[in-house]
Amino acid sequence: MAGKPKLHYFNARGRMESIRWLLAAAGVEFEEQFLTSPEDLEKLRNDGSLMFQQVPMVEIDGMKLAQTRAILNYIAAKYNLYGKDIKERALIDMYSEGMADLNEMILHLPLCPPDQKDAKMTQIRERTTNRYLPAFEKVLKSHGQHYLVGNRLSRADIHLVELIYYIEEIDPSLMANFPLLKALKTRISNLPPVKKFLQPGSQRKPPIDAKALEEARKIFKF
Amino acid sequence: MPPALCQGANRLETASGHVAAHLAYSLSSLGDLGNPAPGVMAAKPKLWYFPGRGRMESIRWLLAAAGVEFEEEFLETREQYEKLQKDGRLLFGQVPLVEIDGMMLTQTRAILSYLAAKYNLYGKDLKETVRINMYADGTQDLMAMIMMAAFKPPKEKEENIALIVTKAKTRYFPVFEKILKDHGEDFLVGNKFSWADVQLLEAILMVEELNASVLSDFPLLKAFKARISNIPTIKKFLQPGSQRKPPADSRYVDVVRRVLQF
Repeated sequence: MAGKPKLHYFNARGRMESIRWLLAAAGVEFEEQFLTSPEDLEKLRNDGSLMFQQVPMVEIDGMKLAQTRAILNYIAAKYNLYGKDIKERALIDMYSEGMADLNEMILHLPLCPPDQKDAKMTQIRERTTNRYLPAFEKVLKSHGQHYLVGNRLSRADIHLVELIYYIEEIDPSLMANFPLLKALKTRISNLPPVKKFLQPGSQRKPPIDAKALEEARKIFKF
Repeated sequence: MPPALCQGANRLETASGHVAAHLAYSLSSLGDLGNPAPGVMAAKPKLWYFPGRGRMESIRWLLAAAGVEFEEEFLETREQYEKLQKDGRLLFGQVPLVEIDGMMLTQTRAILSYLAAKYNLYGKDLKETVRINMYADGTQDLMAMIMMAAFKPPKEKEENIALIVTKAKTRYFPVFEKILKDHGEDFLVGNKFSWADVQLLEAILMVEELNASVLSDFPLLKAFKARISNIPTIKKFLQPGSQRKPPADSRYVDVVRRVLQF
């Protein structure tokens, strides 16, 4: 009998948020154990629970999984969100990796020294509107289907909608020239498990604030 | 259909006109590699990248380990790069690019996962696959540090090398030594050669280039290194004249900076 997956991370989006989104979209209930101090991280390390001494770590199906991508790949495959064959999977991976690159830039923005923040924000805006969103709009336009790959919901759609929410938090006007992506966002947001996750009181995390950032600095010593 | 995805495109011509045959099945030490569709003759995969290791090297290793011949086109000028972008073959405007099975694949991990799955180097079930992914992701983190060190200021070189070697000896190698010790098998996962073994060997050799004695406390990794290096396809790849690339030097760094303009 498998218990619910258990997520180990600090109480913020960080690298765990895309895992939360994917589990939620798959309709999988999960538990969370939050690291709140350096001692919490040390304990996990000393227990031998963290393969490379890092979080995210997800306990699932009797395993303690590390490495965000390995975890996402496992969840996607287990819950049939990974395409029907290796060619569809290759497209899903290609799209997801591009999204992860942009997400990484957004993720690191709060950690940017103040004198570099403006330049970084400009780069994020530029990449969003010139590199990433056009690529995905073009994919949807090319086949005219409701999902990015194989005419079926996959992890790529979930990751993209998550990313669109972050883009809109930065500046909603960045989405202006991407009608198909906006329609995808609406469509995916209306799927019952996603709709539920988008509601207040769910396990979705807010943007990191100064207090959470300070906590992260203490726990991870950076 | 966007050119970058060209799934039905007929791209079977190669520079030499030669069409590659099926995988060589004389790789007895690899066990069952599985078959591509019978009767299907595939063109050689084609790789576009700078003339050096970078993010493409792990892909070269995996293809070589699987016994797959491949062609390469090297980007040495800004013009070549801009042409690739204009042709619409780079989904996000970036290389590595691998043309394989009618697809224009970018994003290193997407390419590696495809190859691992195609050539049966990805485990027999989901639980084996996730372990392979975890191990491969860990070694990729280590190799990324080495890759990026080449582009840092020369005065930081000593410090960077020291940091990489420390991480290898304290965070990564102990993990793999323990895995091998715990199951006592020849390969990292499922008692069968997989992508994880190829990545680990690649990582070991890269770190040894920085510090030749880095494996001194890891006897099982030393044995692993010898064993995997002797697999015929890998042995061939390790020989001079193969498509394996040398460590980044200042000339390589200059080419990348020139092409990517940074």
